[in-house]
Amino acid sequence: MAVFRQWLDSLPAPNGVLERFQRLGRNSLLNDASPTRALEAWRLTDLKRLEHLFELPLHSNQDVLDEKKLTIIPDKPGNGLRITLDSDCDTSDSLKLPPGIRKLNALELEAHLGNSLKSCSLNCDWPVAINHASATQVLGLEIQGQDLPPLELVMEAKPCALSPTRVILILKEQAKLELLQVAIGAEEAAQSHLIEIHLGQGSELQHGWLGFGKHQSSLLVNMAITQEARSNYFITAVQHGWFLARMEPHIVQVHGHANTTMRGLQLATNQSQIATHSSIRFDGPEGSLDQLQKSVAAEKSHCIFNGAIHVPRIAQKTNAAQLSRNLLLSERARIDTKPELKIIADDVRCAHGATVSQLQEEELFYLRSRGIEATTATSLLLKGYCQEIFNSLPVEANRWERLITLLESMQA
Amino acid sequence: MIRKEAELILEIRNLHASVEDKAILQGVNLSIRAGEIHAVMGRNGSGKSTLSKVIAGHPEYIVTSGTVKFQGHNLLELEPEERARLGVFMGFQYPVEIPGVSNLEFLRVATNSRREKRGQEELDTFDFEDLVRERLKVVQMDPIFLERSVNEGFSGGEKKRNEILQMALLEPLLAILDETDSGLDIDALRIVAAGVNQLANPQNATLLITHYQRLLNEITPDFVHVMAAGKILRTGGKELALELEQSGYDWIDKEQNHMEAK
Repeated sequence: MAVFRQWLDSLPAPNGVLERFQRLGRNSLLNDASPTRALEAWRLTDLKRLEHLFELPLHSNQDVLDEKKLTIIPDKPGNGLRITLDSDCDTSDSLKLPPGIRKLNALELEAHLGNSLKSCSLNCDWPVAINHASATQVLGLEIQGQDLPPLELVMEAKPCALSPTRVILILKEQAKLELLQVAIGAEEAAQSHLIEIHLGQGSELQHGWLGFGKHQSSLLVNMAITQEARSNYFITAVQHGWFLARMEPHIVQVHGHANTTMRGLQLATNQSQIATHSSIRFDGPEGSLDQLQKSVAAEKSHCIFNGAIHVPRIAQKTNAAQLSRNLLLSERARIDTKPELKIIADDVRCAHGATVSQLQEEELFYLRSRGIEATTATSLLLKGYCQEIFNSLPVEANRWERLITLLESMQA
Repeated sequence: MIRKEAELILEIRNLHASVEDKAILQGVNLSIRAGEIHAVMGRNGSGKSTLSKVIAGHPEYIVTSGTVKFQGHNLLELEPEERARLGVFMGFQYPVEIPGVSNLEFLRVATNSRREKRGQEELDTFDFEDLVRERLKVVQMDPIFLERSVNEGFSGGEKKRNEILQMALLEPLLAILDETDSGLDIDALRIVAAGVNQLANPQNATLLITHYQRLLNEITPDFVHVMAAGKILRTGGKELALELEQSGYDWIDKEQNHMEAK
């Protein structure tokens, strides 16, 4: 694949704190096979859309013109901390961090980077390898204490370029943080985000993810989350507007005895393909998972959900529940949903379910019989359907106007 | 209140309708004038609920012949929302739960749709809250139910109160209440019935669909119709309901057998 080689050759020489990952990623891309539809994890992905990634340079001199922006970045939260990640330079250098949030130094980065990836068995998964190969910057933060301001990480794509970002967060024992990440797509652009998070004993992270794509924009997200005992991890992710989006949250409860809550909403219109491939493994007893994944597919779009839950023998008394609820708004839209449960332990509760339906006729008629026009009724029902997920986002997410307006673009 | 000169609100002629290819209504005739309260009674499966859904415009019910006129409009040509805006209201036997849709927002959008048709100005959030709090008194409903999703987690009684609250806000010309008494204890029934009585006036009309006399002890009908096999078999005054309460529906079988023998 000439384009692919050309892309690799165009990358800057390995350097800096990420040098070993850059080498690892490039070797892996060169020597390991690219995804094919014969592989279960890639069976449903439109691989042609992925190839486009390798036509994109890492740098772009273009800025997104304000009038072309679909997503208006709101003012920084009053008491909060916003960091705008730039794939070319370290934007956190000049930041004044509040007490309790500290940048990791080079030695600490060296010690921590890759640990959660390894625990989640993601050493060099293909999308991870792309990030490894191309990322030159990393933001590493240590979080300590409880009364911390909310943290917002904004990742804005550059037009006609691939923008990789890498983040590592270490939550110390009993730390408590609210984190909102916002990925904003740009025309003909791609983003690759790699996030490692380690939750220490008794810590808590409320993690919100907003992905606002744009026509012909792609997104690859890989998250490796490790949870110590008695930690609580809540993630709520909303994705909309991407040409191709593939989000892969991987979670390991390293000693069990932890709680994980996952909420996801994929809103797909036009010819969007939006996918979530989640996995959780319980490496100890008495862990819990509560997962609700929703998709809405309109027009000619395609939503994919693959939810793996792994309960090895050691994970007795695990309590896991996964529900996938899907709404098909057009005959040409498509939804694929698949729970994947590997349960070896015998004393566990693992519930799972999936539904695919159209808007409920009886609900529509009820609204219409009160004088509400069919299109308004449909929009009210859709809002209601999505609201359940929106309610779980960190409060700061409501400042993003795009979240409020995106439902208006959905039509049955 | 029967006034022969009152405006004819609803006029149904020889109405036939089916659902999933099964004929249910087989020639219903019914006229309702302003100020009147009508009750339709009958056994399960006689077509009572189908009649209410056909008038409201439920898409699953197909009218095969006949006419339904509402203040001169051909109702069957109109979408359900257009009928509602003209002043047709159906209180559901089983009000639908809609998770995620705020009850207050739903009530506001519905009220404004009807107001627009009546040439009244749209109410903003604040003005609407004033109106809804006043109308809550009609059904003695706790304002906390406004903050919840539409009917979600409401008890049977609360759902029916929410229906009558909608009626109080929409001020329909014709209110069809489909088994509003089902699932209500006697206290809730009295509150709901008192609400309906408060809303009835010489300009509007009410059509009660019910199995039981107990609702009619609270709301006195001007006319009682008995339905069987998709038709109105007999029409009388309020005493017909009392007669049914005592003798049951066995006479219907006899009457039908007699008609078939002819």
